[in-house]
Amino acid sequence: MSEHEHGDHDHGRDHDHTPIVASEAPGYYDIMETAFQELMIEKGYFTAGEIRRQIEVLDSRNPALGAKVVARAWTDPDFKARLLENGRTGCEELGITFYDETQLIVLENTSKVHNLIVCTLCSCYPRPVLGLPPDWYKLKPYRARAVYEPRKVLEEFGTNIPHDVEIRVSDSTAIQRYLVLPMRPAGTDGLDEEHLAALVTRDAMIGVIQIQPPSQGEAA
Amino acid sequence: MKSAHTSPRNIEGVVPAFGELPVFAVGQSVKVSDRAPVGHYRVPTYLRGKTAVVEAIMEPKAVNNEEEAFGRNAGAVRHYYRIAVPMTSIWGSYAGSPDDSLRIEVFETWLEGVSE
Repeated sequence: MSEHEHGDHDHGRDHDHTPIVASEAPGYYDIMETAFQELMIEKGYFTAGEIRRQIEVLDSRNPALGAKVVARAWTDPDFKARLLENGRTGCEELGITFYDETQLIVLENTSKVHNLIVCTLCSCYPRPVLGLPPDWYKLKPYRARAVYEPRKVLEEFGTNIPHDVEIRVSDSTAIQRYLVLPMRPAGTDGLDEEHLAALVTRDAMIGVIQIQPPSQGEAA
Repeated sequence: MKSAHTSPRNIEGVVPAFGELPVFAVGQSVKVSDRAPVGHYRVPTYLRGKTAVVEAIMEPKAVNNEEEAFGRNAGAVRHYYRIAVPMTSIWGSYAGSPDDSLRIEVFETWLEGVSE
């Protein structure tokens, strides 16, 4: 439907967006997914309400949760020790629940070691604490290249790791998920946990970037 | 993450079941089995046949996802390990630092002891 037809239909009412239309028929996998879902509901394996609830659970997770964990680890050495010992129970201490059977290894970046996480087999990701993975994380170029030319991949993210710093790539295969604990940037001594958390980004917790010192405005 | 496994105290006369105790120890050299069974397995092919060092025995044991994926012996738990493999031993032409490494978890069923 063109803009013109849409306008006529609505008798000239103003719209701040183009009309949303389903322009394409559902694809093969869309139909399969819908059929599978209907079949499972019909057979009583789960209900439509349970699916909706699980979508809400997944939507409630985002990198701000991971940032809280990182900021706490930067400011509380005892918490950091517990987090490195068991990532899952560390997150649970902060109220971040794990709705599945996955475990979590928190990988600490230091001046000697830089960690990078990947799932070469599929797209395993610490969803309970970071939410959905970025698209590039799920695509084959990142998944393949992260394990055989990690330094080049990092350079493409603008991250240059010195030759004398070990790159450690963790590849997910089992029930362990990974979260990178980035290095606390210089010039953040005066920041409280909340302001520190604001510096922590998703990509830093995947390990493709390092956290830069805050600009003077942010540090004030 | 458990960085070291505390071996249970040996009490004379107590016999552990098969699979009850981990076969490999932290720091031990192991080889990832070089097998190619038909089907989907979680050990990446790029690692099969490579030599690694056990970094940690993961605890607790976990459901052997391989068996479960094929509907066999579902629910059986096995030991699995976080192992470290130098990048230069995986990729002959690796261009980074010789200290760069890969870390991955592998179930006991895919690891073999190597004589050091």
